[in-house]
Amino acid sequence: MIETIHNWLYSTMPQGVASIVEMILIALAYLGFFAIAGLFLVLMERKVAAWFQLRIGPNRVGFYGSLQTMADALKLLSKELTGTAKADKFLYNLAPYFVIISALMGLAVFPFTKDIQAFDINIGIFFLIAISSIGVIGILLGGWASNNKFALIGAMRSGVQAISYELSIGLSLLTMILITGSLQLSEIVEVQKNGWLIIQGHIPAIIAFMIYMIAGTAETNRAPFDMVEAESELGAGFHTEYSGMKFAYFFLAEFINMFIIAAIATTVFFGAWLSPFGITESIPWLGVFWFLGKTLVLIFLMMWFRWTFPRLRIDQLLTLEWKYLLPINLVNIVIMALIVWLNLTIKF
Amino acid sequence: MALREKNNKPNSLKTNNLELGTQNMKPETINSNFKSEEYQINMGPQHPATHGVLNLLLTIDGETIKKVEPDLGYIHRSIEKMCERDSYQQIVHLTDRMDYLSSNINNEAVCLAVENALELEIPERVKVIRTIIGELTRISSHCLWWGVMGMDVGALSTFFYGFRDREMLNDIFEETCGARLTMNYNVPGGLMLDIHPNFVKRVKKFVTHFKTKIPEYDRLLTENVIFQKRTKGVGVLSKEDAISFGVSGPVARASGYSCDVRKYHPYSALDKVTFNESLKTEGDTFARYQVRIQELWESLSIVEQLIDNIPEGEYRVKTNAVIKLPKGEFFQKVETARGEFCVYIISTGTKSPYRLKFRSPGFSNLSVLNHIAVGGKIGDLVAILATLDLVIPDIDR
Repeated sequence: MIETIHNWLYSTMPQGVASIVEMILIALAYLGFFAIAGLFLVLMERKVAAWFQLRIGPNRVGFYGSLQTMADALKLLSKELTGTAKADKFLYNLAPYFVIISALMGLAVFPFTKDIQAFDINIGIFFLIAISSIGVIGILLGGWASNNKFALIGAMRSGVQAISYELSIGLSLLTMILITGSLQLSEIVEVQKNGWLIIQGHIPAIIAFMIYMIAGTAETNRAPFDMVEAESELGAGFHTEYSGMKFAYFFLAEFINMFIIAAIATTVFFGAWLSPFGITESIPWLGVFWFLGKTLVLIFLMMWFRWTFPRLRIDQLLTLEWKYLLPINLVNIVIMALIVWLNLTIKF
Repeated sequence: MALREKNNKPNSLKTNNLELGTQNMKPETINSNFKSEEYQINMGPQHPATHGVLNLLLTIDGETIKKVEPDLGYIHRSIEKMCERDSYQQIVHLTDRMDYLSSNINNEAVCLAVENALELEIPERVKVIRTIIGELTRISSHCLWWGVMGMDVGALSTFFYGFRDREMLNDIFEETCGARLTMNYNVPGGLMLDIHPNFVKRVKKFVTHFKTKIPEYDRLLTENVIFQKRTKGVGVLSKEDAISFGVSGPVARASGYSCDVRKYHPYSALDKVTFNESLKTEGDTFARYQVRIQELWESLSIVEQLIDNIPEGEYRVKTNAVIKLPKGEFFQKVETARGEFCVYIISTGTKSPYRLKFRSPGFSNLSVLNHIAVGGKIGDLVAILATLDLVIPDIDR
């Protein structure tokens, strides 16, 4: 179907116009899909939280509450946008867009199947890490510009946290890239046809995966690393002064970021759209389901963390990163390098 | 090039300082332009961690707490003054509105004070039922505390587990006296009503249910590494300080100060039961947590000892419709879920007291906050507040 649309576009208009139209169409498709995905994740979080907490969760709007988040989004859209009187208006209004745009840009490079990948650049992983750090600027701006001390503390915490844990994310992904030898996401998936990287890299890969999940949870500012909005300490943290759709952007961005973190893990550790043992290799479009399925399992894992663990203190958070995760990570890279050098990876 | 820059730096700094007009800045150190500054922040009266309308004025340096000044009075209703107007039966109702989580025990304190003053002979049945209800109230209060404690350190799910078990108790209370929070079950002279026929059965069911749930609490929160890291060694209160600040209840017992009123001045049927006073010597947040968990077990054992042998008899002694205490001063203290609660009545022989003073545990426990929270982080303060287990209407009265 994609092929037909592509051909039709190029046959009806000049090449330049056609490529621009095609880009816009793809962007709109992604935007629509992830707006819905974000809403679905919010619903999933609420349901999962309810199961953990002996509750039922949303079950009134739509079938089993399936339209609850839609209704919430509509409510947030219609809400008044308030702000503090002495806020820096320009930065205050700019901050939510930084957060949501960085979250949405990251989605472009994921290989949902062999064919469905918006653009396949040769620095895919690097692009993802770079893009996901932009969101922190939004959080910092939001906390700083809203002229609220609680928001400021939250923003400063987020800055500290993001700088620390990005190292771990980068290094644990680097460990895996030693096996693939490429940053390009399609290449990374191609390598995994001989077995998912978590199996190929065995022990160091599992260590890298665990570090990645810890750092990824911290990167998305979710419990047990939700220093940024620790509601029993800071009220609502950096988005204390935001309301309506601006708040919704922050909220949605958190969930899309969670999707990105889980999707990177799926791509790098669990073979993206590849099915286990190649059971559905003959039907390529099923890859989407494998990709989303694996991602959802990892997202569920992150939700499980959130509704079980208490929160760390800010200094313990930094101790964990700089004294434990980072040294382990560095040693792990050396081990992985040795394994790749001595050809000890497991391949089917 | 680099050398020239180095040489230029002090000069440029000097001119900067002149422009700023700050004479006392040292031009040698570049950091003197970036001094850290303490700032103040209002935690409350609308803040999730203060559990009510408590305002804490924090002086913070970065994240480190330099000073905590509690600002009270947001829910002051002058209950003690109102008592001077009311009859003794009415005063009992006001005590519900102080520490609403141990309302039955507060009621009991006033009733005991009045009964002692009148030298009434209280039936055994009343004494036993009062003790059972009192211990169940303590359990329900600690259930709520446990849920909120978890929530304060970031584990949101504990709240619902705590409330699940509290709900069973609330149902029992509702069936017994019609209310779930402000019970008013005790009246001077006995109980308002006799216990419901289902009472014994349901309490027994709760005891067996709850015995399986406390280990669950431990698995979920107590044994969690993050939780232990957050609480161990945080907010340490020494025994000497505990005594000099007048701290009581689980907070004092966690510092090794044995002060259980139930042990030293047993009231109602508490002299007939055996239980251990839960003591810890560490004095930190984790010790306060453990003391309360231990108290859950002890309260359960007290209830178990009494529930099977509630004596038959009257549930209430006839008193005059208008109770007039003899002239004099009367005092009664009880152990609520938070500590030592005292009632001090000065009577001139009329139908209402000349002066009445409540000694609430929360007020003294709060006074220790600045002492133990200074030097910690904001996260520590929240954990400490949670284990002090404050009920704000109890502090303000």
